[in-house]
Amino acid sequence: MLSIGLGHYLTLAAIIFTIGIVGIFLNRKNIIVILMSIELILLAVNINLVSFSIFINDLSGQVFTLFILTVAAAEAAIGLAIIVVYYRNSGTIRVEEIDRLKG
Amino acid sequence: MIAHAIVFYIFSLIAIISAIMVTVSKNTVNSVFFLILDFISISCLFIMIGAEFLGMIMLIVYVGAVAVLFLFVVMMLNVAQQKNEWFNSSGRSSHIPVGLLVSIIIFFELIIVIGGWKYKPDLLDSIAIEINTDLTNTQSLGSVIYTDYVHLFQLSGMVLLVAMIGAIVLTFRQRSGVKRQSYFKQISRDRKDGIELVDVENNKGVKIDA
Repeated sequence: MLSIGLGHYLTLAAIIFTIGIVGIFLNRKNIIVILMSIELILLAVNINLVSFSIFINDLSGQVFTLFILTVAAAEAAIGLAIIVVYYRNSGTIRVEEIDRLKG
Repeated sequence: MIAHAIVFYIFSLIAIISAIMVTVSKNTVNSVFFLILDFISISCLFIMIGAEFLGMIMLIVYVGAVAVLFLFVVMMLNVAQQKNEWFNSSGRSSHIPVGLLVSIIIFFELIIVIGGWKYKPDLLDSIAIEINTDLTNTQSLGSVIYTDYVHLFQLSGMVLLVAMIGAIVLTFRQRSGVKRQSYFKQISRDRKDGIELVDVENNKGVKIDA
């Protein structure tokens, strides 16, 4: 309990990952919150990579975390741009009203 | 050791609570603030276990750029008034039990995997880049990124470039009726388009802007 090992970090990452997935599933009003949940999921993956990298003494996990950070930033920028364009065209970003594809 | 544990539990508790608040808070602006808090506490954890460079980069990239971008979009689209109702009351809410069930199953799968997991003994022999404790974290990351992973590094630069161009192209809008400078017209006009010499009669004047 008092000696923090790899399992603690992995459990923290699992909890944050699950919260992100719950946010995607249960949020039906606002698509920006869905993007934020995706950021939470990527953060959980980053926690996993960094803690493995530290605990098995291998640097390559941190290198890949850096690349995930890059991709996450690019994804947030593109996603928000798409949201802005959609809002400009249809006046709403509520998840329930985005039903052009009838899915 | 005890201090390490206390700090870990405090930061991870803050991270988990703020992650929950990101998904459940009614106001989208509050969600962005809790996202910032989450990133800050996770980067504190990163700094604590010895990945200082990544912790600082997370602060710069997420808190400095991504969260501000989210905040900017939330304020620009004026969706802060649109309440973010979690369990909607409008009848068609059949997705909620299924979503909760799937999330709980995913969580327990992750916990089971972590609980029954052990190092394979030859994992420790197959370390790609061992962490050198003589160098700082930033130094050792730099010496790896610019040598072994230089192609991936260049490719991530390309990803950022494509994202930048894509965001500009997506949000670019040409309004009609706005007077703009046209460099091509400016450069390609010559003297006889711009200047006309007329003989002005006395007391008559010339009509310009014909």
